[in-house]
Amino acid sequence: MKTNEIEHIEIDLLLEAIYRRYGYDFRSYARASIERRIRQFLSGSGCASVSEMIPKVLHDEEFFTRLARYFSISVTEMFRDPLVYRAVREKVVPLLRTWPHVKIWHAGCATGEEVYSLAIVLKEEGLYERATIYATDFSDVALERAREGIYETAKLREATRNYQQAGGKASFSEYYHARYEAAAMDGSLKERVVFSSHNLASDSVFGEMHLVFCRNVFIYFKRDLQHRALGLFTESLVHGGFLCLGAKEDLRFTDFRDRYEIVDDKARIYKKKDGP
Amino acid sequence: MRTKEAQRPPCSVRREAVVMGGSAGGFPALTAILSGLSPDFLLPVLVVQHLHPGDEGLFAQHLARAARLPVSEPCDKERIERGHVYTAPANYHMLVERDGTIALSLEARVNWSRPSIDVLFESAALAWGEGVIAIIVSGASDDGARGMRAIKAAGGLTIAQEPATAEYPFMPQAAIDTGAVDEVLPVEAIGRRLVECGGWQVKNCRL
Ligand SMILES: C[S@@+](CC[C@H](N)C(=O)[O-])C[C@H]1O[C@@H](n2cnc3c(N)ncnc32)[C@H](O)[C@@H]1O
Repeated sequence: MKTNEIEHIEIDLLLEAIYRRYGYDFRSYARASIERRIRQFLSGSGCASVSEMIPKVLHDEEFFTRLARYFSISVTEMFRDPLVYRAVREKVVPLLRTWPHVKIWHAGCATGEEVYSLAIVLKEEGLYERATIYATDFSDVALERAREGIYETAKLREATRNYQQAGGKASFSEYYHARYEAAAMDGSLKERVVFSSHNLASDSVFGEMHLVFCRNVFIYFKRDLQHRALGLFTESLVHGGFLCLGAKEDLRFTDFRDRYEIVDDKARIYKKKDGP
Repeated sequence: MRTKEAQRPPCSVRREAVVMGGSAGGFPALTAILSGLSPDFLLPVLVVQHLHPGDEGLFAQHLARAARLPVSEPCDKERIERGHVYTAPANYHMLVERDGTIALSLEARVNWSRPSIDVLFESAALAWGEGVIAIIVSGASDDGARGMRAIKAAGGLTIAQEPATAEYPFMPQAAIDTGAVDEVLPVEAIGRRLVECGGWQVKNCRL
């Protein structure tokens, strides 16, 4: 057997150990990327092989915490893919207006930039006051940062262009308060947001939603876990509710393609069809 | 290192895919190679070219104009088809899964790049082993050098654009300096070489 194939087995065993010991199920994560990160971690871990990591993971929580940090990727930005927010304004907001109250779920919200971006759009469209926004992630570290809403001032300045391309109606700097290198998002943008821990691999639906944002999360999932998460969203969405995926996540490659119609192909915005 | 075309060993391995990496000056080299592949070319071709973060699919469109094979930016989990060219979208790494699908990822930059050539090549080495043909063309980075080593170690065929013919010789030279490059060729010859190697399967299937 080739060394690569042996390592493949070792990685299976490591992921199994993590699951049984800590309950985090990375067995259903996109394999190529997980393998890459395990190899990366291995080279600086003092272990000679993936097998050697297994007893450490089982007996040393601190070792696992360091490894888990390698697994969690929370790269995000304000108004990532501005055309998405523009499409939300033009094609989703008019329908959201027809509901007296709107519930929105950001699944995999990472450090919160996406949540604040959409909150700004809702504010400018006059929908914010009747919205309840659930921002969830399974990474407590990311959630904590989302809750704080403090970002590098330079990064926010860079996002001004994105904000404008997203159809921004005011001046982006009105939404944050800069103090030297750090800037805090305006407190009003948090008022309607509930941040909480939620794992798409193991937790269930917690309410009826009108709009679900789950962007750039499926790229880390294997098909089975993606299927589970789509099941949750489909269960949670009202008829005519909206689902928005990441720019390179196409619902056509999933088993749920028939349950939704396309609202905007490029923005990956879909609308749940009536029926079962 | 440079082998004369006539002296090259015959293709004796079943090849499954071609991966190519380019950076500064990569576009003309990649188009020259792709325009040499006819529509009946059998292998999938996966391309990482370092892009401006705001590219939005322009590179793929330009490449499509030069190539006779279909070219597209894939979505995550898209199945890899024969005779199709896939280009990594700006801001995403592109990897190959063992089940023959494409995975995109937002992991940190590698060699200051996302997409990174090393990331594609290393995953291709794991997925296809000796079935990969890897090509490095013009660039001012050393991205791809590690990836070439991984592909060579897995038994794949590694080809670098002849540095003297590259707009930016640094990248192919960095790959050559690892000692993991099998053949150093000008771009026109790379196209011909791919046809030889990619055609091998058909010939044998018909025997
Ligand atoms: C790349 S970020 C996406 C952030 C944001 N949605 C965006 O598109 O900019 C992916 C996020 O998914 C989260 N995630 C990964 N697996 C998860 C799971 N099983 N349940 C909930 N969140 C998960 C990660 O912690 C990370 O914060």
